[in-house]
Amino acid sequence: MQVEELVEEKTATKRTENISGSVAVLEALIAENVQTIFGYPGGAIMPIYDALYDYNDKLEHILVRHEQGAIHAAQGFARTSGKVGVVFATSGPGATNLVTGLADAMIDSTPLVCITGQVFAHLLGTDAFQETDVINITTPVTKWNYQVTDANEIPHVLAKAFHIAGTGRPGPVLIDITKNAQLQKFDYSGYIKCNHIRSYRPKPIVRKEYIEQAAAIINNAKKPFVIFGQGVILGKAEKEFKRFIEKGGLPAAWTIMGMSAIPTDHPLGVGMLGMHGNYGPNVLTNECDALIAVGMRFDDRVTGRLDKYAKQAQIIHLDIDPAEIDKNVKTTVPVWGDCKETLPLLTQLIEEKQHTEWLNKFKAYSQKEMDIVIQHELNPSSDVMTMGEVINTINELTNGDAIIVTDVGQHQMVACRYAKMNHSKSNITSGGLGTMGFALPAAIGAKYGDPQRTVIAVIGDGGVQMTIQELGTIMQFNVDVKILILNNEFLGMVRQWQQLFHEKRYSFVNITSPNFVQVAKGYGIAGNSINKRADLKNALQTMLQHNGSYLLEVMVGKENNVFPMVPQGRGVAEIVLSKEEI
Amino acid sequence: MLTAVKTKKQMKQEYTITVYTENQVGLVNRIAIIFSRRKINIESLNTSPTESENVHRFTIVVIETEDVVKKLCRQIEKQVEVLKAYYNTNDEIVWQEMGLFKVPTDVIAAKVKVERLLHEYGARAIAIRKDYIVFETTGHSEEIERLIKALEPYGLIEFVRSARIAIIKSSKGFHEKLIEYEKQTADALVENEYLDKQEEVFTM
Repeated sequence: MQVEELVEEKTATKRTENISGSVAVLEALIAENVQTIFGYPGGAIMPIYDALYDYNDKLEHILVRHEQGAIHAAQGFARTSGKVGVVFATSGPGATNLVTGLADAMIDSTPLVCITGQVFAHLLGTDAFQETDVINITTPVTKWNYQVTDANEIPHVLAKAFHIAGTGRPGPVLIDITKNAQLQKFDYSGYIKCNHIRSYRPKPIVRKEYIEQAAAIINNAKKPFVIFGQGVILGKAEKEFKRFIEKGGLPAAWTIMGMSAIPTDHPLGVGMLGMHGNYGPNVLTNECDALIAVGMRFDDRVTGRLDKYAKQAQIIHLDIDPAEIDKNVKTTVPVWGDCKETLPLLTQLIEEKQHTEWLNKFKAYSQKEMDIVIQHELNPSSDVMTMGEVINTINELTNGDAIIVTDVGQHQMVACRYAKMNHSKSNITSGGLGTMGFALPAAIGAKYGDPQRTVIAVIGDGGVQMTIQELGTIMQFNVDVKILILNNEFLGMVRQWQQLFHEKRYSFVNITSPNFVQVAKGYGIAGNSINKRADLKNALQTMLQHNGSYLLEVMVGKENNVFPMVPQGRGVAEIVLSKEEI
Repeated sequence: MLTAVKTKKQMKQEYTITVYTENQVGLVNRIAIIFSRRKINIESLNTSPTESENVHRFTIVVIETEDVVKKLCRQIEKQVEVLKAYYNTNDEIVWQEMGLFKVPTDVIAAKVKVERLLHEYGARAIAIRKDYIVFETTGHSEEIERLIKALEPYGLIEFVRSARIAIIKSSKGFHEKLIEYEKQTADALVENEYLDKQEEVFTM
């Protein structure tokens, strides 16, 4: 029944042609304006790869070294391009290797369409070679998934897949296609894009009443505080958001995923929220009288202890996903809807104001953070380099115009704390899932997603070894990615926790690394390793000016900690600036 | 009064969740994992067609707080193939469950008391064989459980109880709603539960 529902009435004169399911897949991708696919072939997806042989001029396929690399690359692509990322993988291990990336894309709302091959339909459930129950394995980590066993289903199922992945709150979709369906010839009458599924409501209706109530709260507030997440970027509502905060004179802090939606040096931008965010926004969350959350989901890393979170404030939550309202934090006024639509409505109703005194309070906290933390990070007294000064030197050299792709751990927090970003979609990181190994493949995709911009992958010595095989992809396709390894010879974030909360019992955080420059050389990638401050600027300059990919390893302090920090289980206002305060 | 409302909301009780969905393979799993992921036990689950063609209905019983059930429903509604999810307390629904009992024929023949018992519970024989009789009864789970207890001393061979089926007292059926769903483009339709329950929700 759903089949009929999607396929519109065809005119009797419409010609059909006899094509295979595989060709229909590729035609669908072209109709959806897909140009780049990240994938890896295998037995059960061979018919699609066979068809791809003839589509070389229309579709660019990037052969990765591991399917996890393919899906992270597609995520990077989706995040810098704003389009849907596309992945091909085979059945069994090919498909299970996608699971981490699916979970990552699910929690960070990244639009993906993953196409996996599957064994012949008649072999389903027989434990056939490379058969695995991909649909059930991926159900919790996909926005939607579907198994195709008949080629006739392919056009409308793919149309549905792209519609679901890219609309509303975006997310990953997986389509599992049995080999017989890929081979099967059927009467194809063209591709019709899907724009309505009766059981799927991408965005809730905008209610005027909520907007009015929210505006009233904002207009009456003495200390309004805006916190925003990736929803602003996903909703392509950067301009609308800027107008909103500028009209209301509203100080605004970003979550890690919302970073770069406004330039990081915007006068109303007061920094990053969360466990390793900035001092002011965390402390003042518990002092504001109106907390306006835009396109964010009150992650525990942002809120700390919920029963000590913004209890004094009236809370306005703008979100496209009704399930996010009241999920973690009880809302005073929920503004359901796409922020691209709700923000302008709200902006219309709010009064033009400046909250100078309130903004100065943020500045005072910022100064304290500068004195106690930042200036030591950026101008260390010892010879040992800090991650912060490396990032700061990048700021100088790129002027904040680069895309920074980060992995997970201390370097990620430091990069997000110190990087300067002038353009939206500049911060690509694994925020919700915290996937080590994300950055290298994601940077490849990020470059394809926005080829004009410089892409710098900032990675720790631990994370880079999780997906280091993707250097092969960079080599084969000459992907111009700058790889910056911040090597502290430790799994730094876990070490920091062991130091602070486990009596310095360093349990398996001591990780050795290969000679990264030699490894890069093996892949034909130029590189350098430095351990002296005097070389830093030149080495970074060489990396940035190098024609093509480049790997730079910077040896940094082994036991440096990231501060400020909201220790787990504490309220945001209990943020500490140094380990002595813990 | 406010505190009374709060405790009621925090109290665990039986909720019946009614979910209207498309009829698609794998949907049971998609809905079931919303519960299992949060380590919530499903007490009873029934799927059935509805008065609307191609719309399926899940009736799920859980023992939880209202807060949790509300969030569960939001997560269920988020699934692409789900049209709508409602949750109700027992006083808001009419519900039934069915029990089947297999009892040795000779016991029934010999003991008048058993016959009377079955009669009392409104059970009726649906299969009569030389060695056993299968009785059927419908009612609330407590009633069926009472009959089991009563029958146990008389050589109950086997028993099975169905999942709950329920009708929401205030529901006007899904037909009209479905027509709206089909006509309107997605964004025009989300109930405004906040505005309906404004006093409860707006705490300012």
